[in-house]
Amino acid sequence: MILRINGQEENVPRCNTLFELISAKDLKVGRIVVEHNSGIVAKERWREVVLNEKDNIEIVSFVGGG
Amino acid sequence: MEDTLKIADKSIRNRLFIGTGKFPDKAIVKKVLEQSRAEVVTVALRRVDADSIDDNILDNIPQDCIIMLNTSGARDADEAIRIARLGKAMGCGNWVKIEVIPDNKYLLPDNTETLKATEVLSKEGFVTLAYMSPDLSMARRLVDAGAGAVMPLGSPIGSNRGLKTEELVRIMVSEIEIPVIVDAGIGWPSEAAACMELGCDGVLVNTAIATARNPVAAAKAFSLAVAAGRTAYLDSGIVANEFADPSSPLTGFLRDIK
Repeated sequence: MILRINGQEENVPRCNTLFELISAKDLKVGRIVVEHNSGIVAKERWREVVLNEKDNIEIVSFVGGG
Repeated sequence: MEDTLKIADKSIRNRLFIGTGKFPDKAIVKKVLEQSRAEVVTVALRRVDADSIDDNILDNIPQDCIIMLNTSGARDADEAIRIARLGKAMGCGNWVKIEVIPDNKYLLPDNTETLKATEVLSKEGFVTLAYMSPDLSMARRLVDAGAGAVMPLGSPIGSNRGLKTEELVRIMVSEIEIPVIVDAGIGWPSEAAACMELGCDGVLVNTAIATARNPVAAAKAFSLAVAAGRTAYLDSGIVANEFADPSSPLTGFLRDIK
């Protein structure tokens, strides 16, 4: 399926939920926050959010900064 | 009574705020924060991808520090608001340094967009510290908008040029009732001390510590300088004179008076 992830269109294996997508990405980052179609999704709700073609996903975390 | 800086419900003893960007490695951040006893620490927020490695910035910040998210990267109020909300969802508190910068050459903030973001985020319950070009009228508007502190720049971010905006900051200090914290451009501890001597409530330093030969030693020097400047402001009351005034007695010289 095609998703727009962090501003880039990506062809990813079919994921039913946000949780499946995040798990499949195998991110090596401890703490992240996810936005789905411009709405912040709390971690407890990742399994409930159903993904559709062309959905917009942002995955962010804290980095060093001034 | 202990001298503390009060912002929202916090009483802060160490008036040196430290930014965590540009450090050569993340383990140094931990040492810097521990040994300088920093209490307010800034972080930024960025996109991650499969190639991002865990840089563990949060793991390197002592538990009792106040984490302040910098909205760096925001070019307007809407982007700053979005970054602040994402940061709050990370679960590390509600302190936000509102930094809105449309210009990449001098990295000067857009005060008008900063004001808009401050209004919205303060209403949402964020503790807002507004990074700004020093300007009295804008500082007053930021106070009305609910800012927890204003953060005038000393000189452009990362420039190490010192407190070039001194006259404007001095006026803000005398007229603004909320804390004034100089943020950006401070390169030497003496400059941080000077900010405090003129009555600023705190100083935020990042580049000058992170890029020092020995960041741990630099952070200690800045921490001491900020404390020294604060003490001088509170208790020295020194006035500059045009002519000399001898420190030693003018009598009993080992020579005969002619």
